[in-house]
Parts: sequence; C-alpha cells; structure tokens
Amino acid sequence: MARLTLPIADYVRAYGPHVSDSPAKGWDHKPPVERLVKTHCCFCGMQCGIQLQVAGNQVVGFEPWEDFPFNEGRLCPKGVKRYLQTHHPDRLTSPLIRTASGFREAGWDEALDLVVTRVREIQARRGNDAFAMMSGVSLSNEKSYLVGKFARLALHTANLDYNGRFCMVSAGAGNKKAFGIDRAANAWADLPEAELIFVAGSNVSECFPTLMHYLWQARDRGARIIVVDPRVTPIGRTADLHLAVRPGTDSALNQAILHELIANGWVDDGFVREHCTGWTELAASVASCTAAWAEPITGVPAAQIRRAARMWGEARTSFLLHARGVEQHTKGVDNVLSLINLVLATGRIGRKGCGYATITGQGNGQGGREHGHKCDQLPGNRDIENPVHRAHVCQVWGITDAELPHKGKTAVEIFEAMHDGEIEGLLNICCNPLVSHPDMNFARAAIERLPFLCVIDFFLSETARYADVVLPGSLQEEDDGTSTTAEGRVVRIRAAVSPPGEARTDTWILLELARRLGRADKFSYADSQDIFNELRRASAGGTADYAGITWERIDQEMGVFWPCPSEGHPGTPRLFEDQRSYHPDGAFHLHPTPYRPSAEVPDAEYPIYLTTGRSVFHYLSGTQTRRIKFLVDKAPGPLCEMHPSLAAQLGLVDRQLVTVETRRGALSVPLAVVESIRPDTVFVPYHWPEALAANQLTVRALDPVSKMPEFKVAACRVRAATAEEAARARTLFAELRLEAPEDLARRARTGPP
Amino acid sequence: MIGPFLEFYVDPQRCIGCKACEAACAECDTHRGTPMIHVDLVDPGISPQTAATVCMHCVNPTCASVCPADAIKVDEHGIVHSSLKPRCIACNNCELACPFGVPKVSIGLAQMQKCDMCFDRTSAGKRPMCATVCPTGALFYGTAAELHARRPQGHAINLWRFGVQEIRTRVHVVVPEGVEVLEVDVAEIMDREPTAAVAATSAEPREFPREFL
Repeated sequence: MARLTLPIADYVRAYGPHVSDSPAKGWDHKPPVERLVKTHCCFCGMQCGIQLQVAGNQVVGFEPWEDFPFNEGRLCPKGVKRYLQTHHPDRLTSPLIRTASGFREAGWDEALDLVVTRVREIQARRGNDAFAMMSGVSLSNEKSYLVGKFARLALHTANLDYNGRFCMVSAGAGNKKAFGIDRAANAWADLPEAELIFVAGSNVSECFPTLMHYLWQARDRGARIIVVDPRVTPIGRTADLHLAVRPGTDSALNQAILHELIANGWVDDGFVREHCTGWTELAASVASCTAAWAEPITGVPAAQIRRAARMWGEARTSFLLHARGVEQHTKGVDNVLSLINLVLATGRIGRKGCGYATITGQGNGQGGREHGHKCDQLPGNRDIENPVHRAHVCQVWGITDAELPHKGKTAVEIFEAMHDGEIEGLLNICCNPLVSHPDMNFARAAIERLPFLCVIDFFLSETARYADVVLPGSLQEEDDGTSTTAEGRVVRIRAAVSPPGEARTDTWILLELARRLGRADKFSYADSQDIFNELRRASAGGTADYAGITWERIDQEMGVFWPCPSEGHPGTPRLFEDQRSYHPDGAFHLHPTPYRPSAEVPDAEYPIYLTTGRSVFHYLSGTQTRRIKFLVDKAPGPLCEMHPSLAAQLGLVDRQLVTVETRRGALSVPLAVVESIRPDTVFVPYHWPEALAANQLTVRALDPVSKMPEFKVAACRVRAATAEEAARARTLFAELRLEAPEDLARRARTGPP
Repeated sequence: MIGPFLEFYVDPQRCIGCKACEAACAECDTHRGTPMIHVDLVDPGISPQTAATVCMHCVNPTCASVCPADAIKVDEHGIVHSSLKPRCIACNNCELACPFGVPKVSIGLAQMQKCDMCFDRTSAGKRPMCATVCPTGALFYGTAAELHARRPQGHAINLWRFGVQEIRTRVHVVVPEGVEVLEVDVAEIMDREPTAAVAATSAEPREFPREFL
C-alpha cells in the first residue's frame, strides 16, 4: 500500500528538500569550464535559450546564450540558478523500495521486476484500466510521446493523464472549439507590432519574466496595455488600464466588453460574416450584458469596462494574451472563449501585429500536450475516439484498433477512482499531486488507499515519499530531445551530463519497463532522435504536424514552428494568415458564454474570496526550486496577501501568523498586508507541499468540458493563528531552509561512490 | 583589445522585482555567491514597484574621496573598482559616505567589494551580467544611440543632487521628460511619516521579518 512509514520530518532529513548553494564542488573548487552546452531553460513555456557550463560530468554554471532569438541572453532567476539542481545533495542515485521504516536502496532488476509483477497482478485481478499513469509536461516531446505510447501499448491502460490538467487545459479546449487547433496563433514577434495588448489573468511579470521584453518593446513603440487581474501585479502596476476583476467573473466582464463593441459599431462585420459561424447567437447572448449589468458582478466600475471596450474597439492592431487566471475555473473554457470572441469580433487575427495566445506555463506545456500525453488524445493532437485518427496511429505503431485503448479518465477523475478503489495501481512521472492537486487532503487520502504506487523522479518528491517503488530518473539536462515553446517553436534540448550514480534517463526507464512488460518489439529505439522521427510520422497529417521538422533543421534555424508538414516547408510562425481556421468548414467558431457563478462563492460562514497563483522564484510544485538556496531565500514559503482595509476589519496585522480556512482544510502562514489586492480577496501562492499547501484549501470542482479544477476561486475565512498553529507553522517554515547534512553534502561534492 | 566600454542605463519603471540580476551577479568568480546589485521594494505594502541599485560609477566618487588609504580607484574607462586589497584598511568610510549605499566592506576579506561593471566581461567586449540577463531592459548596456532608437520616449540623465552635493555619474537613469537632475533631500526622507496603510499595521510586533515574505 502507498503510505508513509516514517514521520515526514524524517523523510525531509534524509532526502530533502535541502537548500543548496554554490557550484558543484563549492566556490573554492569550481573547475575550469570545459565546454558550453547550448540548450534551453527547464522552467516555464518561454524555454529561454541558455548555455550550461560543463566540467567533467558536472554542470558547474551558466552563460547567457545571446544568439538565441527569443531571449537573446535574458533570463529569470530560476533559469540562472537551475544548474544547481544537477549535482544537488538530494539527487536520487539508486532505486528505492519501501520498508517498514522508510526506504532501502535496491538494484534496478529487483525494482523494475517488482513494478512489473504488481502491474500484472493488479491488471489480472481488476482489469487493465485498474493500473493508471500520471505524467507531466516538463518532459521533452520525445518523452511525452513515449509516455503516451507506453501507457497504451505496454500498460494497456486507457487511464493516462497529465499535469496539464492542473495547468492550462481550458485554453486548449477553448482553442480547439474556436479555431480547431491548440497553439498560440502568433509568434511573440507579433507583440511589438501591436498597438494594444490585452492581458487577461496573467501575472506575466512573475510567471513569464522574459516575455516582458516583448511587452516593453510594444510600449516603446507607443502600444497601450490593459491588464485584468484581482491583484496589482508588477505588470498591472504599469498598465494603461488595470481592471481589478473579482475572481471568477471574467466571462461577465468579457461579455460586457463585447456588448459595448457591438453597441458602438466596433465590430468587423465583414470578417464576422465571411469567416465566422455563430455570430447571430453570440450577439443575441450579450444583448442585455451592459457595463452596468457587469459592474456589480465583476466589481469593475462600468466606466472602466466601457473604457476597455473603447481601447479594444478603436485599436487597429492588437494582441490578446491570457493564462491560468482565466483558465483555472469551472468555466475556464467559457472564459477563454469569451476572450477569443473579442478577438474574432474585431477580426484582428492572422495578420502582422494582430495576435492571440495563451501563455503556456510548463516547460514543455505546448509540445507535451500534443502527442498523446492526454487521456483523450493521440499524437499530432489527434482525437483518440476518431476512427480515422486511430487508424493512422495504429498503422504507425503497427497494431490493430482493438489493441489501442479508448478514452480514459482525466487527472482528478483518476484520483477519484483511486479513492473509490477502482484504480489500484499508479505509475507517476513528472507530477507531484501532494502540492498540485486541488483539495490536496483528498488527493492524499486517494494515494493512501492505493495498493501500489511507483514514482519516477530525480528528487524524492512529496508524492514519492508514499511510493512502494521509487525509480531515480533524469533532469532535463541529462537527456537529448526537443521541446515546444509557448509560441509553437520546436527547440532542441541537449544532454549536458549523464544522470548521477545509478540514476537513469527517464527514457531508459520507460523502455526497460516496456521490455519487461513484454513489449520490446514496440519499444526499441536507437536513441531519442529515433523516437522523435517516429513522433514525426505519428503526428503527420494531424493539426500538430511535426513531419517536416528534423533535429538538424532545429539547429540550423534556431527552432521550427509547427505545423510543418514536410521538410521543404518553412514552418508556421503565424497561424490563420489565409483567414481560415483548422475546422473542416474553415470558419472561426463563435460560442456564447453566458455568465455563471463559480462552484463556491463567499457566504456568511466563509466570507472572503481565495485565489492562488505563483511566485517568480518557484516553478510548479517546487520539487526543483525549493532546493535552490537563492530561490528559497527570496521566497521561502507561502504567505497570505490581504488588503489593509480587510486586515483592519479582521484585526490582523502585517507579518502576523494567520490561519486561512475553507470547507476542505486550513493553512497557517504569515500575513502580508498589501494595497495591491482587492479588499474582498486574499491570495496564497501554491508551490509548497502537505501542511503548507495552498491546495489544501482549493475546490475539486471541474470545468465540464476541460475537466480543469477551479484553483482560482474558493470561499475562505482568515483569523489569527492559535498558539498551537503558530508553533507548528514555525517548525514547518524552519524546515524549508534546512541545509544538507554533511554526509549528503560531501556526496554531492565528491560524486557518488 | 579592451572594451569598447559602453554606457549603462537603469530604467526603474521596467523593474519587475525578479532579481535575475542579483542571481546572475552572484555567479561571478570574483565575488562568488555575493551579489553586488540589489533589488528593493520602493514602497513596501503599498506598491509592487521594485528598483535595482547598481554602482553608479561617479565621475568624482565620494567613496574614493573619503578613503583615508587611497585604496579606491577610477580607471580610464570611468569604472570605479573595489578597494585595492593591499591598501584597504576596511574602515567603512566608503560604506558610510556613498550617497547611493553601494560599497560593502567584507569583514572577512578586509576589503570593500563593489560592482566593477563586470570588468572581466566588459573588457572582453561582453555586456555586464546583470544587463545581459535582465528580462525587461530595466538594466541596459549599450550606446546612447541604441537606447534612443529602442526607446524613443526614454530620457536618460546622470546628474544628482543630494542636499548641497552635486554628483555626475557614469551610469545613467531613465526618467520622465523634463527631469534633468534627480534631487534627493535625505533629511526629508528620514523625517517622513509612514503612510497610513503601513502605520495601521505597524503597531504590533512582527512575527516574520519582511525579508521572509
């Protein structure tokens, strides 16, 4: 059974997170740099170019890569310090098998055979779908593709899903509905060409710092910026218009803006008539959505809504950006569609300076969601229930249709099935649900009911502590491959070093498991490039078509934008230049998005809005960034941001320990009193685990289409922490800054024996 | 070939507080883990605005003027260097006198360390590390013509007045049109009342230091 056999503090002492500073062998022993490896940052969808300094088999530092066109050497602090994870004292260097008190080290044969035995045993007893797989899109395209094929052909399970379900799936679903394709419509190079930039629900400044350069380029040319966010973020601070929207009311705001566009004749009638379907229904759906109607719902003054509509309506060129702030809702797809409606109503797409994009969050959030990593998807962003799509992939994989599973459960549904006992085994790679799953206490309960859990990871993540078997895998810089940036550019990830000790590349682990599961015939590849070449064939003819992209071309051209159907094709930085969508009818599809409230809104008992998000110093579940001293020093733990007027009303003061409670859990954190947030809303960043997880508080409710959870809205109350809660919080916060004990630190300096 | 050494500009409006500059500066083989640049909140609790402080490389540096050991030198490119180790007596005069609060005396090293505009990089024709990684252009290294071409609305000045002391700096700061000198009345800032929001929450003891948040 998946469970802890030691107190959590004991796992922390043995496996971290410990904070690590200084290069591999300490500042006094930094060896001369032997070579620079041109690759990309492992954090976030910008995928900035970076050079890693390598000496021997160790990454010892970084050097900006000023020739890479997207970022020209620019980086955020995570990118600068990422090299410190490679030879971190916490790296897993041997397979682990759980014992009555923690783990013991094991050989690969024993560990892998144990996994295979348990897979077979569970599947024989409960059916193939009783063994599930969870993955993540920090994996390269090659690994993402391999995971999709591995789950279907080696595990024979329909139940594979990925952490994009916790990230941006509402954007993908909305894009497919409107455009028939799931990709940023434009390269970032179109941003500086726009005279108006509309940023909805994205703290670009903290989540995508290097994209800021493009926004400033636009502003230097005279562009104006509208930012929609409940908080005054660093980008919101400098916006020409900041709409401090109430959490969960974006679609109402956008409906009112559309109403104003129609009322003032700011609609591109020709574009709507010739290139769109659904205009009549859409226009009718916002007939009564005046700014005055939206004001009490959104908390945004009607005059500001009208001003936003005028700025959008009168612009000649524009670029609309959105991110998790509008997507992580039970109506995330509607929110996305309500924004796309503004773009299409004004016909500003498919031209220079006329753009639209979701800013994908995870390192390979774009490529990782295209090639069969999702429960309903096959390579090339094909539909697993479409017979034509299935036939193509069956032919590439050399199988019959009967051998290819159908649509499986989405991420939260997998955890619900684990909780119900329907799923008994889980293989988890690149995902840390004990930080990232909504209603995290439920996720823990689901894991604790799981008869078998295997985790592949490079550090012992909080989820891996519960595992029966832990397989030590690889970092991004330890395996060759490609990733696809948020603008749709396929770039090369280069192996700088090999995994330490007995750790192996994720690719090797998956191939070895497949072999032991009896599928060597379907999983024999010479190298990662071989996998990529199969991915090209599998994606050919799909919307996410990589057929014409080769590793050599990526090197020569500094990346290639998909779709790229043949080797002679230049790639496609800007979609829709022919004013046609990727739907069979070629039209852009408009969808009404009638406003509905969030799953849980404040009431007398829980009177405050809670919203969650990120810090610039951490990446996703923090498994990597919570181990890097510089980043931990700057943002050691979670906090609760609150407006001074609410603090005064509750009798709370800045930096006091408070307890934030919802119907699902409680979290004790320091209070940060700031004027930069709506007075009816508090904000807690989510990168920390277990008792410090903001996700103890969030709602498990899902968007009906995308099955994305509602991370951005919950009802909470806040009070002073009790003496007991405060004492516990101090202990937990002290643990966040633990230095590695001497034996672990020595192992990192000298390399494993 | 040495250089050419170009101009350095600070454009605080663009700063997003990401501290990539601090992170990258700390990677230098000379000062090994200690950043020579600092990012601070301008108005904590009131605004998310941040600003980076680098050495302004004064034409007549106050730090050098007050140094009793004559240990702080300006080179022919206008770059003010860390104290010369054989001369430095670690007396802290420079630290106390600099109007920008830049030099820091390391007790362990018995030396004042400060930003030398990445002399190892700039002398080899590269940009300083902070201005290379800065994701927003809040730190910019290049020519005046380049800055003007990229930021036609940008207006860069290098004249400061601290009370009666007038200082011209090698490093420029981008300010609104019409501003030609940045005047700072230190006495006025010292006497300034905390704003209402900060005052309202500052009466009680703080359980966590601000740095922790």
